[in-house]
Amino acid sequence: MRVGVITFPGTLDDVDAARAVTTAGAEAVPLWHGDADLRGVDAVIVPGGFSYGDYLRCGAIARFAPVMGEVVTAARGGMPVLGICNGFQILCEAGLLPGALVRNSGLHFVCRDQWLRVENTTSAWTTRYDRGAEILVPLKSGEGRYVADEATLDRLEGEGRVAFRYVGENRNGALRDIAGITDERGRVLGLMPHPEHAIDALTGPSDDGLGMFLSLLDTVVTA
Amino acid sequence: MARVVVDVMPKQEILDPQGQAVAGALPRLGFEGVTSVRQGKHFELEVDDDVDDETLERIAETLLANPVIEDWTVRRVTVESADGSVAGAV
Repeated sequence: MRVGVITFPGTLDDVDAARAVTTAGAEAVPLWHGDADLRGVDAVIVPGGFSYGDYLRCGAIARFAPVMGEVVTAARGGMPVLGICNGFQILCEAGLLPGALVRNSGLHFVCRDQWLRVENTTSAWTTRYDRGAEILVPLKSGEGRYVADEATLDRLEGEGRVAFRYVGENRNGALRDIAGITDERGRVLGLMPHPEHAIDALTGPSDDGLGMFLSLLDTVVTA
Repeated sequence: MARVVVDVMPKQEILDPQGQAVAGALPRLGFEGVTSVRQGKHFELEVDDDVDDETLERIAETLLANPVIEDWTVRRVTVESADGSVAGAV
């Protein structure tokens, strides 16, 4: 199976995202922001970084890139999409996920290994986890505070769409400790922490992040 | 040509840590009496005369502001050129 990894000007984590895809056993396909072409991939990862320098708002310019039009169409058709960090911000700006990511409440850029609790084990990206499992993955962001209005937060909780929550300290002030959410169908996942940096213990704090990429393989292969 | 000003502010219910940081810095510099600061963005657009208000509103809503977290106002302003002539509509 083929998993596209988008590169925008200012993307940083496309190489690690592609490595995670390869480690999980799939083919990583580079996608270019300027090409309105998904090259026949089965899923797309929107990786982290500082697309377009985070000018205006994080993700505000990237959402209009030619490739994103294709991603939005494919996602609405059910293609699995994973947005990590800046990718999460882009998916929110693009309207594929509700809410927004704003500046950390303490103003500090947070860079640490972060414990998360897995709350959704039915989405395309989370079936390999046990519900309630705690995983350790890097978090590195200055605008990672998830916000949405109360009605939206209640809906996300009620529909089981909060995929990951911060455990212990919530350094960015995200409402209800939300680290990651899914769309209505559980095909699109956005999260601030970086599973692609935690795929083996040699280069990351754990291999806990690999489960997201293995979950995707299960989802696509059994589809 | 007309000048259009778009002001974008975080919604009242959205925490504004940047504004709070500014408010916190003022007493340290000896400025007393400022009880609150909120920080937003100010855009100045030079637009052709045939760009209507509806289009300006769409520009603000789709790009300049994120309606999830921000409020905005759009207004046309008068621009006084160097020779004293006045351009633009109020």
